[in-house]
Amino acid sequence: MSHTTDTQGPLWEVFTQKKSGQPFTHAGSVHAFDKEMAIENARDLYTRRGEATGLWVVPAEAIVAVQPDEAAPFFDPSDDKVYRYPTFYEVPEGAKNI
Amino acid sequence: MKNALFQYLLRVGDTNLVLSHRLSELCSRGPFLEEDIALTNIALDHIGQAEALLKYAGEVEGRGRSEDDLAYLRSEVEFRNCLLVEQPNTDFAYVIVRQFFIDVWEGLLYNALSTSKDETLAGMGTRFAKETAYHFRHSGSWMVRLGQGTEESHRRLDQAFRDLWHYTGELFETDDNETQLAEAGIAPRSDSFRAAWLDKVKQVAEDAGLALPATDYMASGGRVGIHSEHLGHLLAEMQYLQRAYPGAKW
Repeated sequence: MSHTTDTQGPLWEVFTQKKSGQPFTHAGSVHAFDKEMAIENARDLYTRRGEATGLWVVPAEAIVAVQPDEAAPFFDPSDDKVYRYPTFYEVPEGAKNI
Repeated sequence: MKNALFQYLLRVGDTNLVLSHRLSELCSRGPFLEEDIALTNIALDHIGQAEALLKYAGEVEGRGRSEDDLAYLRSEVEFRNCLLVEQPNTDFAYVIVRQFFIDVWEGLLYNALSTSKDETLAGMGTRFAKETAYHFRHSGSWMVRLGQGTEESHRRLDQAFRDLWHYTGELFETDDNETQLAEAGIAPRSDSFRAAWLDKVKQVAEDAGLALPATDYMASGGRVGIHSEHLGHLLAEMQYLQRAYPGAKW
């Protein structure tokens, strides 16, 4: 049980579902060496007090994410191009939604 | 019959109490954070089972002893746990093999108890079987993981498996008390689920690449209060507070 570098295994992201049919939400993360250990560890950490009826674990490295330093160009909504917004349509009389 | 049931509850209750204490020794000393929490969770399940069983034992005995009195104020020779659970946490493989042997045993025992004619025992059997199914999932998967892991993990697992094997015979000892309870439909004879235990253990051992030890020698004594040298040390620590400050509460 050495304390050299990281001996805790790869990181897994944990998603829990409160009730059947509801969306899974991110609960946190765990360390584990394989799938079975990951789901057991996630169960012990995030679902022991009846918090969930569904549980997913996903290898963190399998998640594709936008890097923080790329966020600005990635998410910039191009506010200068007004035609990107559907504000020029006229809603027909009597229609509640288009 | 009352004494037979009392003795039986001590056997199962003490086995859970001592195992829980052994696991609790690993708190903050687990090989990594998540495993530390897993083992501590399992320790909590066992102390819960011990509490319920010893509380009922106190009621059956009818001398006004609570579960705490039974846990903290009995001496080594009065404990009825099996020798397996008092064996020390030599290394992680010993922790896992000890747990695995008990998990398979308790799974079979609690399932049988869930149909007991004693309602209290039947309720406990149903509740504990559910917890034990999870414990087995944990220890069983570690057996295979260590057995199929590195050369060192396999060597250590094999060592622990062979070393702890001769404490498993005791799990199936059936005495007159138990025979009496079995005839009344209150508790199963321990020897009645030995074959099922062996099947399950064989199957996991095979997956882990382990061979069952060929030895016939089995240690015995825990059920009549003759323990290995380890139990006294364990109890000294577990009972210290109540012995030094009788009746202390917090």
